[in-house]
Amino acid sequence: MEKKTLSAKLLASPHIVWSVLFIIAPLIMVAYYSFTNADGNFTLENIKALSDYKEVFLNSIWYGIVATLICLVIAYPTAYFIARSKARVQSTMIMLVMLPMWTSLIVRTYSIMSLIENTGIINTFIQKLGFEPIQMINTSGAVILGMVYDFLPFMILPIYSVLTKLDNKLVEAAHDLGADKITVLTKIVLPLSRSGILSGITMVFVPSVSTFYISQKLGGGNFALVGEIIEGQFVTSNNFNLGASLSLVLMVLILICMAVMNHFSGDEEESSGGLMP
Amino acid sequence: MEKDIIIDLKNIDVSYGENKILDNISLYIRDKEFITLLGPSGCGKTTTLRVIAGFTQPDCGDVIFNGKKINDLPPYKRQVNTIFQKYALFPHLNVFENIAFGLRLKKKSDKEIKERVAEMLELVNLKGFSKRNIDSLSGGQQQRVAIARALANDPKVLLLDEPLAALDLKLRKDMQVELKNIQQKLGITFIFVTHDQEEALSMSDTVVVMDNGVIQQIGTPQDIYNEPKNAFVADFIGESNILDVVMKEDFRARFSGHTFQCLDKGFGTGEAVDVVIRPEDIVVTTPDKGMISGTVTSVTFKGVHYEIIVDIRGFKWMIQSIHEQQVGDEIGLVIEPDSIHIMKKSIYSGKFGDYSSFSDEIDHLSDIEEEE
Amino acid sequence: MSTKMNVSSKIYLGLVYFFLYAPIIVLIVFSFNESTSTSVMSGFSFKWYGELLRDADTINAVKNTLLIAVVSSVCATVLGTAAAVGIDKMRNKYLRSAIMNTTNIPMMNPEIVTGISLLLLFAFSSQLLGIKNALGLHTLIIAHITFVLPYVILSVLPKLHQMDHHLSEAAMDLGCTPVKSFFKVVLPSIMPGILTGFIMAFTLSLDDFVISYFVSGPEWQTLPIRLFSMTKKRVKPDMYALSTLIFFVMLVLLMLINFMQARGDKKKEKDK
Repeated sequence: MEKKTLSAKLLASPHIVWSVLFIIAPLIMVAYYSFTNADGNFTLENIKALSDYKEVFLNSIWYGIVATLICLVIAYPTAYFIARSKARVQSTMIMLVMLPMWTSLIVRTYSIMSLIENTGIINTFIQKLGFEPIQMINTSGAVILGMVYDFLPFMILPIYSVLTKLDNKLVEAAHDLGADKITVLTKIVLPLSRSGILSGITMVFVPSVSTFYISQKLGGGNFALVGEIIEGQFVTSNNFNLGASLSLVLMVLILICMAVMNHFSGDEEESSGGLMP
Repeated sequence: MEKDIIIDLKNIDVSYGENKILDNISLYIRDKEFITLLGPSGCGKTTTLRVIAGFTQPDCGDVIFNGKKINDLPPYKRQVNTIFQKYALFPHLNVFENIAFGLRLKKKSDKEIKERVAEMLELVNLKGFSKRNIDSLSGGQQQRVAIARALANDPKVLLLDEPLAALDLKLRKDMQVELKNIQQKLGITFIFVTHDQEEALSMSDTVVVMDNGVIQQIGTPQDIYNEPKNAFVADFIGESNILDVVMKEDFRARFSGHTFQCLDKGFGTGEAVDVVIRPEDIVVTTPDKGMISGTVTSVTFKGVHYEIIVDIRGFKWMIQSIHEQQVGDEIGLVIEPDSIHIMKKSIYSGKFGDYSSFSDEIDHLSDIEEEE
Repeated sequence: MSTKMNVSSKIYLGLVYFFLYAPIIVLIVFSFNESTSTSVMSGFSFKWYGELLRDADTINAVKNTLLIAVVSSVCATVLGTAAAVGIDKMRNKYLRSAIMNTTNIPMMNPEIVTGISLLLLFAFSSQLLGIKNALGLHTLIIAHITFVLPYVILSVLPKLHQMDHHLSEAAMDLGCTPVKSFFKVVLPSIMPGILTGFIMAFTLSLDDFVISYFVSGPEWQTLPIRLFSMTKKRVKPDMYALSTLIFFVMLVLLMLINFMQARGDKKKEKDK
């Protein structure tokens, strides 16, 4: 017995070393840079400077919430209908949901951008009809559209995978006991698909809050989101310390959001089944 | 020490944390013997098998094989092979390669391997199956492949861990006969683990009854059934009425208001003992002709016989009789001296009472439970 | 749960799929446009694809992306499979969950945080070591291995879980040493999981933009980074062509993963 566990630990040890070096240590670095200045001396300046970014954070969270809710509203019926369709078409339909998910975010953001540009296909069409072109790109709506478009599959998939596992006999049993369609949906299907909804929310909210390219490409830099500010600190203004403290706060904020959500749902299940096809 | 002893376990202890799985197990196994380890779930029978196979290291005690201590010999160097509970056939290999697995490791020539595999397939009646996938076989066929795979290595001892548990009743009976035939044909030792007492009694030369990590009794099937050592063995093997009795004197036991003659000797006057009477040994008669009498409380038709529960002075007896009785009837019972088996008191005394809460289902439920 | 669908739900699904695919299809169509316009189709041509082939930067980015994807997915597969086997055998519940939770951090954390945390680590250690420009191929590979590792582990672990643990005992019983039994029996049994993990790692690595963006440095462009920097200029159909190519590569990879999983499922069903 002893020998077995020892060799097992040895097999996992490269991974453990790797995790410490490239997962734990980098996170410690984030904390370290947050509390030091460019010369490496301890300072609280970066933390104090965060107060200037209160609005940016609130803005990001607000955009994240709006995009997540829109995704949820679109995705739930989609997942429900896919789960109820014939088994043969189901796998094709779900693959069609997964395909954009696996296609580079850049490509997807870019495809939206080319549609709604001032010289893009929609405006060209509108002009052909004799109307004035509409300003779509560089608006807050465009940023939300980009988030919804980019992350919608991440909401559909986990909800779908919970709904397919839902035993149809439960629905039949509820009907048998006298429940109408609406009651079945609210009392049986929705509560039982909660874990899928939760992981969907996580998978849309986290990237939406932290994105920088969507707001850059579709918002034209007019709607500063925290991701964009962080990116700016590292890429243009070269203020690693402020960037680190912003990231630290972002991470903590997201952790708090997740904790609040998990607390209210009282869910003990692991919210998985999302990214894995 | 006897010459034909092939495996000798001496004072084996195994525990997982606080749990003592095997408690001072000593057991010797003769060459060419069909021995069965019998007991309920968690009694330690599978662990005993794993100690012999080398998958579990005993905390203390010796495992001796052919006169040599093999405690530290890893499983792949032992001359024993195992048939696992769910067969553990390699899903990525076909029937032929599964059976050839051990032979290839021994670097046998292709010709030799071919011959040996063919021989094994013939032995287990699976000729022509060599190219088949494991997935495409039925449970019974997988079982046969597992047997062939283990035997191809020419082991001195074959260990079988509840090999028939996954098969349905009819197939199980067939395989019992077949296994016994294979064992006799090859003349090697089989160590068989089961929780099914019928299986144990019908196949074995020797039965080892275990409970709670302790060997309760070792003996021939007849010994085990007719002369159980304690209340546990009596209750586990077959049906039995177990009474708490005080000896009047040697050869005379008094219970249910009657003094019975009996054949078991060596008990003092006034000694408290357990008495076992098998339901089929009780003769039903009219109340006036019976040694004791009581009221029938339930009758169940079982095919071969009726199972009748009789209340005698508050103790519910089970009787198996080919004559039907009506609930509420008053009947008399006759018990011959050779039907009364007297046992010394043990830790199991008083744990197995009468049949007042008897129902078929309880038995079936405990059958389903899995070992480990 | 699968029953008949009514018309309105079909229309709804149609609209959702239209929303998901219309932008991509427009992009694919205009990648074959003859003129530079991205809104008026003036004729069919492969001209933009030809231009891509002549663009040294793009070709270079493709090479880099492939190199990084191959190296990091191979490393992650080896590292992850070994880790999964080790984790599977661990009896200590706390150690096990500590390792799993750490492993999952890159999956749960916002990508930007993973990216900048690695960037900070590289910046810090290069400062310590006195290296001027630490970022490059090796940092990209390290970063990619790190964020694809959990996917490999999570696709191998369930296979180990499903595997009859008596299999390796059976192999030893028949004469295999523990090491041999791993290679002859355990490895073939978990192979589908390893392959899925590998392809997933490869795909994710090809696809990654955010993390690569922070750890790539000025000299090493990957394809998504190249695409990102192209959009800084005016939109031109050559970017459409590149996007189209990426889209179809993903399509093929996804179909491959699907095919392998379908095969695995079929096998599972047979086992029952």
